[in-house]
Amino acid sequence: MKARLTSLTAGLLAALPALVMAGEAMTGEVEKQPLNISAIVMFFIFVAGTLGVTYWAARQTKSASDFYTAGGGITGFQNGLAIAGDYMSAASFLGISAMVYEKGYDGLIYSMGFLVGWPIILFLVAERLRNLGKFTFADVASYRLAQTPVRLFAATGTLVVVAIYLIAQMVGAGKLIQLLFGMSYGSAVILVGILMMLYVLFGGMLATTWVQIIKAIMLLSGASFMAFMVLGKADFSLNHMFEMAVDAHDKGLAIMEPGGLVSNPIDAISLGLALMFGTAGLPHILMRFFTVSDAKEARKSVFYATGFIGYFYILTFIIGFGAIFLVLNQPGMMETVMKNGKEVTQLIGGNNMAAIHLSEVVGGNLFLGFISAVAFATILAVVAGLTLSGASAVSHDIYASVIKKGKANEKDEMRVSKMTTIALAVIAMLLGILFEKQNIAFMVGLAFSIAASANFPVLFLSMFWKGLTTRGAVLGGSIGLISAVVLIILGPAVWVDVMKHEAAIFPYKNPAIFSMTMSFFFTWLFSVTDSSKQAAEEKARFGAQFVRAMTGIGASGASKH
Amino acid sequence: MNEDVLKKVQSNPKFIELVHKKTSYGWKMSIIMLVIYYGFILTLAFDPKLLGTPIAAGSVITIGIPIGVFIIVSAFLLTGIYVRKANNEFDTLNQQIVEEARK
Repeated sequence: MKARLTSLTAGLLAALPALVMAGEAMTGEVEKQPLNISAIVMFFIFVAGTLGVTYWAARQTKSASDFYTAGGGITGFQNGLAIAGDYMSAASFLGISAMVYEKGYDGLIYSMGFLVGWPIILFLVAERLRNLGKFTFADVASYRLAQTPVRLFAATGTLVVVAIYLIAQMVGAGKLIQLLFGMSYGSAVILVGILMMLYVLFGGMLATTWVQIIKAIMLLSGASFMAFMVLGKADFSLNHMFEMAVDAHDKGLAIMEPGGLVSNPIDAISLGLALMFGTAGLPHILMRFFTVSDAKEARKSVFYATGFIGYFYILTFIIGFGAIFLVLNQPGMMETVMKNGKEVTQLIGGNNMAAIHLSEVVGGNLFLGFISAVAFATILAVVAGLTLSGASAVSHDIYASVIKKGKANEKDEMRVSKMTTIALAVIAMLLGILFEKQNIAFMVGLAFSIAASANFPVLFLSMFWKGLTTRGAVLGGSIGLISAVVLIILGPAVWVDVMKHEAAIFPYKNPAIFSMTMSFFFTWLFSVTDSSKQAAEEKARFGAQFVRAMTGIGASGASKH
Repeated sequence: MNEDVLKKVQSNPKFIELVHKKTSYGWKMSIIMLVIYYGFILTLAFDPKLLGTPIAAGSVITIGIPIGVFIIVSAFLLTGIYVRKANNEFDTLNQQIVEEARK
């Protein structure tokens, strides 16, 4: 049971998008691979193309609104692709296909958790968010509350989530690039840092969005081609494909059923909560809803995003099974390495490379280069979005709203956001190098738990509950933030795995079910016991906020170009 | 938004209708999604073997696979159904409210 639990939680945490899965396999030593020329050439074509987009975007990006939200002129379809792009990280592509390759059916379980949060975001959050906000989710949270404390809280929540997520992406990027391109870790991190800085600094949200769209299209087409070829090798019969996979896999028929990874309801539900509501608290995802012109487009973007993400997960499932019968134990694909003193036979470069090896089998060396370049492009696009959302928290929330009390002129605000972008890029590169040996699975888990426990409850209650006051939001949200961090540190991921203690003080790897509950409870408690005059005024302002949230009257529109 | 417009909207029966319809529909759809997903998670936690039953005698495909694909597709379909309803019904009502508030 104990072992089952550990594998459950390890597996569940690994299910977080971004780089977790990659994280698991990449915590060990990564062997530098030989230089992959076709991949590097493809990658440079991508970089040249996206820098061209950045140049084009830079000429259109003049106002703060252009910089933060692409002037609100992105269509629902484009935004859907961009959101899907944020979600289809290199890790969910390589990680989930590797998961299917290793464990079969269990890989599908993970995909679902990521997807089911999106309908909830649509039904409850997306339209209200668009109607109330302008540039950041703090605009919504602080709509009728005291600006200074709520903005400071929201900006802290944003920066903490962005910083942790950024480190995870940077570390993952460095390792992945070592594997894919044969570059050194340090130079890979610096290359990623410089490129993301260029995109954000000059092209703002317009460039960031288009880079994400281009990458999403490349990734979807590449994955579609791979899935098609896999099905072709199975004579377009699913039954035949599964039969061949069962024959090839050591686990045999067991790959067609759940492998006992989800055996503990508390961790399963807790993870479900973190995934579902963490997504609705990730600042770089929330920011995408301000890039469309109105609530209707915001709504459409979720519809398209859900479609693309769902389609993508079905593709990775087929790719994973394809890797089982086309790559596993095939000559020239396997290597034997020493892990914890034992000999282990695995795919060359680790099992995370399943999709990469499969691309070579189905499409030759050139296609291998294409898929490797796409994986790299994916990281670039995600970190650019993260940096932009961090920069807007500093310049829009802290500088313009708190320091200048909403009276900053646009030029100064833009200058602050550009300085912050440079600062964030430098910090990300330094931390990326510093944390090379860090366990990224843990960091991404932390980012999702904090987003679900600090950002989401305050954002949600500010839109749905009249009784929310500044005191409740700031204290309750902060308790959520702190409890998420503390419980993760006391849990098995840090207390046992990092600090090497015997047993964890807090038995679950995912704290969301507890930290989210605490956050909601204390936000409620500190709000209802707040009988100040200010609290009464804040409650009175809910009526007007609600009308705007529902109807969009007074919402900020798109700037016309 | 000035006090006048606010009062006008709040007292508009169409606004009350919109709030009622949109909110209850949003929650209803959310609950459907949660039931589908957590129904699956709980099956997984308490009776994983059920999902490993073959769909037909002699077939390697288990019922867990179409169920998994169904959950992914259901998320997409639910968003589609909601968007369709919102685009037609809610937006028409909303448009009327906005216009009446201008008068």
